[in-house]
Amino acid sequence: MPRANHIPWWRTRRTQNVAFQVLLVVGVAVLGFVLVTNAMETIQRQNIATGFRFLNNTAGFDIVQTLIPYNETSTYARVLLVGVLNTLVVASIGIVFATLLGFVIGIGQLSSNWLVAKLCRAYVEIVRNVPLLLQIFFWYFAVLRALPGPRESWGLGDAVFLNSRGLYLPGPHTDQGFGFVLLALAAGVVGSFLVAARARRVREVTGVVTPVLPLVLTLIVVPVAIASAAAGFPVTFSWPALSGLNFDGGTVVLPELMALIVALATYTASYIGEIVRAGIQGVSRGQMEASQAMGLSRGQTLRLVIVPQAMRQIIPPLTSQYLNLTKNSSLAVAIAYPDLVSVFAGTSLSQTGQAIEIIAITMAVYLTLSLLTSAFMNWYNARVALTER
Amino acid sequence: MTQRRPPRVVMPGPVEWLRDNLFSSPLNALLTVLALFLVYWIVVPFFQWAIVDAAWSGTTREACLARENGACWPFIIQRIDQFIYGFYDLAQRWRVDLTLAGLAAGLMWLTLPGLPAKRGVGAVMLTAFPVVAFVLLVGGVGLERVPTERWGGLIITLVVAVVGIVASLPLGILLALGRRSELPVVKGLSVAFIEFWRGVPLITVLFMAANMLPLFMGVSVNKLLAALIAVALFSSAYMAEVIRGGLQAIPKGQYEAAAAMGLGYWQSMIFIILPQALRLSLPNIVGNFIGLLKDTSLVSIIGFFDLLGIAQAGTADAAWATPNTALTGYAFVGAVYWAMCFSMSRYSKHLEGVLASGEKR
Repeated sequence: MPRANHIPWWRTRRTQNVAFQVLLVVGVAVLGFVLVTNAMETIQRQNIATGFRFLNNTAGFDIVQTLIPYNETSTYARVLLVGVLNTLVVASIGIVFATLLGFVIGIGQLSSNWLVAKLCRAYVEIVRNVPLLLQIFFWYFAVLRALPGPRESWGLGDAVFLNSRGLYLPGPHTDQGFGFVLLALAAGVVGSFLVAARARRVREVTGVVTPVLPLVLTLIVVPVAIASAAAGFPVTFSWPALSGLNFDGGTVVLPELMALIVALATYTASYIGEIVRAGIQGVSRGQMEASQAMGLSRGQTLRLVIVPQAMRQIIPPLTSQYLNLTKNSSLAVAIAYPDLVSVFAGTSLSQTGQAIEIIAITMAVYLTLSLLTSAFMNWYNARVALTER
Repeated sequence: MTQRRPPRVVMPGPVEWLRDNLFSSPLNALLTVLALFLVYWIVVPFFQWAIVDAAWSGTTREACLARENGACWPFIIQRIDQFIYGFYDLAQRWRVDLTLAGLAAGLMWLTLPGLPAKRGVGAVMLTAFPVVAFVLLVGGVGLERVPTERWGGLIITLVVAVVGIVASLPLGILLALGRRSELPVVKGLSVAFIEFWRGVPLITVLFMAANMLPLFMGVSVNKLLAALIAVALFSSAYMAEVIRGGLQAIPKGQYEAAAAMGLGYWQSMIFIILPQALRLSLPNIVGNFIGLLKDTSLVSIIGFFDLLGIAQAGTADAAWATPNTALTGYAFVGAVYWAMCFSMSRYSKHLEGVLASGEKR
């Protein structure tokens, strides 16, 4: 029996789908091939070296801020590491301040105090609508450059000095035996976690609330104190002091780093403020009323009912703001703070000319950071989704 | 029987308002005082600097040096042409004016409620206008050519932002559809493309365009074109995610209804799904545009003189070396960006309201 509406095999949905995808793959492959051949030809014509051997060559330039030992004879691989660490320094400090300020702004927007709420709202609307680069320039060129010179520094006691060369803080120096102190600290922290977990189990099973805080403090302070005493107090501080035209001793926070942190933190805080506001507003009113009806105090309501539910909404966009802050820290190149883009994709690239390799490595670093962040976000989402009913 | 009395009406006077909103508790009173102090500490010196102590007249830096605690407005007034046109040929600036006027008229038509034929105007703005604007700005067809190296100021800022958003729209739609596709290869490629561009900072993308694009193309590429390609690719990934959000909000019934009517994939997308999804994503597309407009300032790092670049160049110019030049330049450019971004974010809010009221029955 002939089937009237028989579809020939080349017109079935399946065939078409396969054919379309094969064509797409071929198209992408051809595009890639053309680009790569072009690049190879140009590279040969312009006599640019290829490959990653340059990473072992001597970089020959100095970097003003290094967390690890580095000098002009270090290799480009070392430059890469210094750059990544400097990026992480800006990002981690920036994230801490952005979070603190952002939560203040977010909660402030919901304040029953009219003036505070309006002020926080105005902050968000002003800071969020001006380009970050402009704000970095503002802090660096207009504010920090206008600070007094070293001789007229603003001082806070004899410990902290602020001038146009940077922020001078007492610098800790660790002597032998500091490892013991760290070990004691780690042990104390682990112990505290165990104690806290046990207290929670007890509370969940029996309803008896055990105050944990004094115990935890003892667990952390006592071992650290004993270890420090045993090792002969292995941390000494050197204090910044004016000698001649500049400061000696202590540690210095470069003005570039300061400008970057202030700009990144204040800018990101305006976004975090909105996220926090939306998160808190997203918790339905009934929740607050119900917890008050159950006799929970205002503090308990906030801590046990509102914040956990708000956090579920806040954390995912918050992590992507952290990621944005990290990516935005690449604007460091505009004020010559030695971050990854500045020392590696900037100075190293112009010295070696190996654009493809260097930009690929730079992008790979940022991509790794973002993939790690989204992995965390997925893990977190899965976790909070499980506790939902 | 008791006499019926009208309810007592308490009109909250200013004293009650103050008590309820500013001094309801000791903590609130303290916060109010702190906030007042903060306002006084920021706002008053700012006005002092920007208006009272500022230099308003004069044509050289001497006028500003005389008022050392105030803004140097003559710097802006004397250079306003640079801030708008960059170094665009003096005799040809009418072409820029015409383009800007066209852009402004088109946008006003699209955003003001109550004007007819929005769909047609929108289509013209997305298709014919870019072509006309290109010819007007670049030259050709009887117009003198103005090399892009001479462009600057607001023109560069707007060209990068508008080209970025217009070019990223079709690409973003395709990527969003690709990411939701059932075909594994299409989906995989779309996800990889989107996540790659979203995972790297724009500045590395611009560096890539400046350094790698000439290598890959095998020929030297116009610097502005390279930057535009970079911005378009970069923002298409963000656009794709915004449109994907819109696509996800379309109920499954719409897809099924389209399929039941015998529409194929592209037919159902073009006639049923996309019109709804794009309408839903409109507020976020505007939000994307705000982000892009702010991000255009990054082109000043790779050597363009956009709005920020012109301000930055002015601060380095010995002819205007005063203690207040940099701050004045940033204040002016910041105000321009702020006005553009803030009005757009208001518009996006308004759109959200309109869409929400349309959903309510």
